[in-house]
Amino acid sequence: MAASVTPAQKKKRKKQDPVDVVMSVVTYIVYSFFAFVCVYPFYYIFINTISSNDLSARGKVTFWPMEIHFTNYVNVSHIPSLLDAFRISLARTVIGTLLTVAASAFLGYMFSRETMWKRKFWYRLVVATMYFNAGIIPFFITMKNIGLYNTFWVYILPTVVAPFYIVLCKTFVESVPKELTDAAELDGAGTLRTFTSVIIPVIKPILATVAIFSAVGQWNSFQDTLLLVSDPKLSTLQFTLYQYINQASSLKALVNSTGNAASLAASLAHAATATSIRMTVTIVVVAPILLVYPIFQRYFVKGIMIGAVKG
Amino acid sequence: MNKKKLRGYREFLYVLPFIILVLIFAYYPLYGWTYAFYDYKPPKPLSESLFVGFKWFHYMVDNEIKRKQLFQVLLNTFAVSGLSMLFSWFPMMFAVFLNEIKCEPYKKFVQTVTTLPNFISWVLVYSIAFCVFNSTGVVNSLLTDWGVIDKPVMFLQSSKHIWFKMWLWLTWKNAGWAAIMYIAAITGIDEELIDAAKVDGANRWKTIWHITIPSILPTYLVLLFLNMANFLSNGMEQFFVFQNSFNKDYIQVLDLYVYNLAMGGGGYSLATAIGVLKSLVSIVLLCVMNGISKLTRGEGFI
Repeated sequence: MAASVTPAQKKKRKKQDPVDVVMSVVTYIVYSFFAFVCVYPFYYIFINTISSNDLSARGKVTFWPMEIHFTNYVNVSHIPSLLDAFRISLARTVIGTLLTVAASAFLGYMFSRETMWKRKFWYRLVVATMYFNAGIIPFFITMKNIGLYNTFWVYILPTVVAPFYIVLCKTFVESVPKELTDAAELDGAGTLRTFTSVIIPVIKPILATVAIFSAVGQWNSFQDTLLLVSDPKLSTLQFTLYQYINQASSLKALVNSTGNAASLAASLAHAATATSIRMTVTIVVVAPILLVYPIFQRYFVKGIMIGAVKG
Repeated sequence: MNKKKLRGYREFLYVLPFIILVLIFAYYPLYGWTYAFYDYKPPKPLSESLFVGFKWFHYMVDNEIKRKQLFQVLLNTFAVSGLSMLFSWFPMMFAVFLNEIKCEPYKKFVQTVTTLPNFISWVLVYSIAFCVFNSTGVVNSLLTDWGVIDKPVMFLQSSKHIWFKMWLWLTWKNAGWAAIMYIAAITGIDEELIDAAKVDGANRWKTIWHITIPSILPTYLVLLFLNMANFLSNGMEQFFVFQNSFNKDYIQVLDLYVYNLAMGGGGYSLATAIGVLKSLVSIVLLCVMNGISKLTRGEGFI
């Protein structure tokens, strides 16, 4: 009997104090709740977009999809204003990211070169802009005055020089052994040549981080459209989505036009409703982030860590 | 020697286009502050506008109604910032207890899904809020099914608890992300310290209280100081997307008020004047907090 009790006692001693056990249980419950709160809304909206629109509009779809169909995505792809908005969002994300990454890498490198005329002064001039801004109204008036109001470039040009990314790149460049650049320069490479053939390959990891952050920022940007663009042709996906949520009238017109096309199939379950369009567009707008984030998570985390060390 | 100097100039020329961009987009708009001293009405250029001196600065507070409105806006701003300051320990505790989870895949999963909302825009957050909380949304339909309520509750249209709701959405979006910094700080704690505590018979609760929390307190302080420096800047996007005619009075924080004044009412000069005051106070706050940081931690954050 003694032999059968001892191992059990040993196990119990290893389990330590009751406080720890209670704490473990509570921790798991609480974090499962947090995780649920973060995941469920996305899941809920998604299952509604692929369920019967009739049931969805009456709030009957809550935990699993019902009467699965994909007509909503087809319907949404036929809305012309949405296609335009998608093109604008995609264009600003691609162009904006490329320019920001290139400028951050280049300036990060240039500001690390002690030979530059008045280097410290120019660097401070750029970095100081992290700590102040003129405010939205003066910015709005300035954009109007210089003729960028209502142009595509208002999405791009103000974001090209991003002081925070420049600091990240400069820090990284400074950790590159000086022998590397010195050797290139001995071989006769100039400033630019050294940048493209020595620096860029070495600082790729930090450029990935900058690219990810800048792309997410461009894709998510909403305020600049609100403030600086009134031409519907330049509207972004974020802005269009906002209009769909807030202007019931514009949505109704859309429902009627897309609804007619679908009613040939003559089914209440597939005909577009305000809810179906709103939810489907939400999924379309959030999808790139949901797809990109888990893959590039480590770059995101790295970004905040380097930033924390500096800031 | 001369060649080196020449090279220095050439390198400056490479950078010059970017310096010009900075001057245009970050420094030149500061000139817009002068609009606060004119009676600026958009189609007319500034040169034809009337110079009014400090008129708009007096105007903000020159009668009871305006004073009340400005007071309400400040109250909203203070309430929203105050709430997030009051609960600023939340991301830290989130990280501390997450670190206690020993099952790595589960931990990683929680970390991934709770940081995700940080990367979606406020418009999307609002869209999600709308889908989940509108009259046919899942919250209302479940509560009705369970017999908790008999008619849908208008969560987004009411002005009740709006400051707290704004804090909840902000936390939903940011807490997981904010926790990452603390998780890194915890990873940096010396293992020997924790082992020593265990040998001395400390349970997990005691280890957290006596080792983990004191070790990450410096990180908490920096972030707290930074938040305090940004006390007046809640940003407008979150409040703009959630605002409607029912909650407008209580959701208008300074940044949103400035926007609404100018874009809604055409009060460009008045809005600029308020913006200028806000910027000046913010700069002072930043310097003060930086000074406090230097005093308490030996280094500032600027």
